[in-house]
Amino acid sequence: MNELVQWDATRLAEGLRSGVVSAEEVTRAHLDRIDAVDGPTSGANESGVHAFLHVDHEGALARARQIDADRAAGADLGPLAGIPVGVKDVLTTKGLPTTAGSRMLQGWVPPYDATVVRELHAAGLVVLGKTNMDEFAMGSTTEHSAYGVTRNPWDATRIPGGSGGGSAAALAAFEAPLTIGSDTGGSIRQPAAVTGTVGVKPTYGAVSRYGLIALASSLDQAGPCARTVMDTALLHAVIAGHDPYDSTSLPDAVPDVVGAARQGATGDLTGVRVGVVTELSGEGYEPGVVARFEEALAELRAAGAEVVELSLPNIVHALAAYYLILPSEASSNLAKFDGMRYGLRVVPEGENVTAETVMRATRAAGFGDEAKRRIVLGTYALSAGYYDAYYGSAQKVRTLVQRDFAAAFADVDVLVSPTAPTVAYRLGEKLDDPLAMYAGDVATIPANLAGIPGMSLPAGLSDGLPVGLQVLAPQRADDRLYRVGAALEARLNDKWGGPLLAKVPTWQGVSA
Amino acid sequence: MSVELVDYDEAVAEFDPVLGLEVHVELNTKTKMFSGAPTEFGAEPNTQVDPTSLGLPGAMPVLNAKALESAIRIGLALNCSIAEHCRFARKNYFYPDMPKNFQTSQYDEPIAFDGYLDVDVPASEDGSKPAFTYRVLIERAHMEEDTGKSLHVGGSTGRIHGAEFSLVDYNRAGIPLIEIVTRPLVGTGDRAPDVARAYVAALRDLLRALDVSDVKMEQGSLRCDVNLSLRPSPEAELGTRSETKNVNSLRSVERAVRYEVSRHAAVLRSGAKVVQETRHWHEDTGLTTSGREKSDAEDYRYFPEPDLVPIVPDRAWVEELRASLPEPPAQRRKRLHAEWGFSDLEFRDLVNAGALDVVEATVAAGASPAAARKWWSGELARRANADGVELADLRVTPADVAELAQLVDDGKLTDRLAREALEGVLAGEGTVAQVVEARGLIVVQDDGALNAAVEKVIAANPDVVEKIRGGKAQAAGALIGQVMKEMKGKADAARIRELITERVS
Repeated sequence: MNELVQWDATRLAEGLRSGVVSAEEVTRAHLDRIDAVDGPTSGANESGVHAFLHVDHEGALARARQIDADRAAGADLGPLAGIPVGVKDVLTTKGLPTTAGSRMLQGWVPPYDATVVRELHAAGLVVLGKTNMDEFAMGSTTEHSAYGVTRNPWDATRIPGGSGGGSAAALAAFEAPLTIGSDTGGSIRQPAAVTGTVGVKPTYGAVSRYGLIALASSLDQAGPCARTVMDTALLHAVIAGHDPYDSTSLPDAVPDVVGAARQGATGDLTGVRVGVVTELSGEGYEPGVVARFEEALAELRAAGAEVVELSLPNIVHALAAYYLILPSEASSNLAKFDGMRYGLRVVPEGENVTAETVMRATRAAGFGDEAKRRIVLGTYALSAGYYDAYYGSAQKVRTLVQRDFAAAFADVDVLVSPTAPTVAYRLGEKLDDPLAMYAGDVATIPANLAGIPGMSLPAGLSDGLPVGLQVLAPQRADDRLYRVGAALEARLNDKWGGPLLAKVPTWQGVSA
Repeated sequence: MSVELVDYDEAVAEFDPVLGLEVHVELNTKTKMFSGAPTEFGAEPNTQVDPTSLGLPGAMPVLNAKALESAIRIGLALNCSIAEHCRFARKNYFYPDMPKNFQTSQYDEPIAFDGYLDVDVPASEDGSKPAFTYRVLIERAHMEEDTGKSLHVGGSTGRIHGAEFSLVDYNRAGIPLIEIVTRPLVGTGDRAPDVARAYVAALRDLLRALDVSDVKMEQGSLRCDVNLSLRPSPEAELGTRSETKNVNSLRSVERAVRYEVSRHAAVLRSGAKVVQETRHWHEDTGLTTSGREKSDAEDYRYFPEPDLVPIVPDRAWVEELRASLPEPPAQRRKRLHAEWGFSDLEFRDLVNAGALDVVEATVAAGASPAAARKWWSGELARRANADGVELADLRVTPADVAELAQLVDDGKLTDRLAREALEGVLAGEGTVAQVVEARGLIVVQDDGALNAAVEKVIAANPDVVEKIRGGKAQAAGALIGQVMKEMKGKADAARIRELITERVS
């Protein structure tokens, strides 16, 4: 293995700036790594990570060479110029296939870039390709991708989390130093937790949704994923900001997340008040998860933070409200996939060919079980006689959850909890039990309902598998995540004698 | 299928008609309701599109500020309240020409509500029914986006049945629409068709005055759905209604109402029930036919559009828009009629010719109302008619016409010369001054040349001179004509008469 793939983005950026390495070398090293470990998901080398659905070898190398030329010509490049990045396949990429993990969009090549992708290009990052995901971001395991599962680099028999399992696994398998995810109910944070990486769901509206294939518009949020808090902050700074193409995009200036990460890296949190959400620990949480969480709290106290317990009483209804709001919006957002304009078209056999029968046959063949389940749920919840009982009530719960958070943040600067109740479970383990799978997002969902930012960062191992710690902050105060996260990361790395990912088991080709 | 219709007069003697009108107006914004795609009518299919109007995965809407402004101006002009806070909703249904399979529309929170429009209903042609004013109550005016259009290829009728395949054109998808919905129009009695027509005409004039739409019914930029029901008496509850879709001319609005009154009466008389359904209007036959049955319970699964932030119109801005509304067309017509002093017939002709704007502008540019009317309803109306264009689209401006009228008043051009100058302007030869100069049209002011011509003609026509001297003053006309011919038309006839009279007497 070329050791460049073990460098984090901050170190790569230094190397590129000082001329120790070129963008082309860095890009080639990552492409080689992908070729070596991503592998097919079936056949002889069935245990490949399969973090990527599409790798753009030529495009990435061409862009890297361009960056090298620009740098040689003395151009003023951004801090991440020349660094490779993987993009969750839910974001449109001009000229690169985009499927959102669905058969519906097999072979679709968008004619336009998502705003986030445009920002990556503008900042000189090198897009390696598109990462695997649950179909239309529905799922917590990446087993609902139409193109095969992604495997957890810590244990190939286990899930990498979902729906952004590809983006998280690519980091943990050293296929990319940076990736972009999307988080509707925890799809950035939960995969980060179970792969030992860092993922941030920014404040709703802080990062443009234009070009993000919508699952649930009022909950979806694109965000940065990386192996360190500082790398995540650098990527956050690139993709955040106002976008006139997204009506819900915030007009605010982006908080100084990089400065906050730098400040936190000193390991000092004197004067910071940290709230522990009583409802998000204890029952239903694995003992190993709780133990790592308690140790992290001890580190926060040692850093000078004041740690208090507090209750968010309505948060216990968040999961139920979420699973009404999400399918409702999804049933409407997914209606456009009907075989009329792009992607899959199935012409029914032995039936009259009309627009209606083509739509029916296409949707029957194109959507997977989880998508169908949620479309049916959402259609029901929005239907005339049930709207008030379901969608309407869920929106009221949402307001209560928002009020709970507002009250909590009047008292503390950040809230913390385990990111997920368990470590990564085995592939297939919860495939037939959707409710058990939904429960995996119980700690992450409230942030999406409230529109507040959240981070997951590594908190140690339980039975050899990563445990994540979640930090939540008030709307627009994304910088607090980075200060607290960086402080905790610094102290934990000291304790472990290096980053957690140094402990990732040997993957084919990982070791020398 | 075929129903023995009840004669209209019998129907309205027996039943009380109640109307409801829904008018869709395409706004004339340069870009679409929720994206920057252009809105030009008649462009090549699928060239006026972008990711948002095609509903591509990932694309998102952003409200067109100009469309919101137009919606508010329409609401204000219809005497509506403007919402302090409102939202868009999604109306979910599947149709191939709907890019997202939901329409972004306003549902329970329209931008404008509770207004009215006073409509002048003219007397019937034969004068048996007098003119009156009817106040149409407006329930709401809300914003939405238009759908694309399907084109069915291969069949003889252009309809989907028998077609080999269908094509979809998304140029129209996302064009801003305002839907204006009336409350039930009650008490119209036998004048229901006239009220319906007068309302749509008044609405069209109002929208034109606001300059928010092309209001071309034949191009679909103004489309009317006619709801009609009958009841035994004005005291009875409302009957079951039918909704006749896309009635696209003023005459058709009137005819569709008449037809539906006769049809409903026939159904009711036979003891059957009117079916609540949408119906299609057929311009060629003047009939409606059944479309799909429509129940009130049709489930569009409305919910607030999460991709758009709520709309909170700035109140100061709304008041600015209110203050800058144009004079209402009906009021303006009354004012101009009085100011110009035309006869009712003359004025009605101008209105029908769509000439009020140009005449007003010509008067404003200095012409007398009489001269402005004469030019626009005469020469220019003929020309516009022959070319099949609107008066305003002619290659001559009100200022040009005012200039011509001034030259005639000053005696610098004769009527004939002025018409010739106009011909040049219409032909694109330049401004009035340039054409007059280039064609050498100006009346000869120099009495020397004129005197010479008069002398010559008098000398050549001693017999005519004798007649004049003998008291036949009208015989001078022949001499004037000859002098004019000598002068190649560039002379003032009045001046020639003066000179001849001087010489002969």
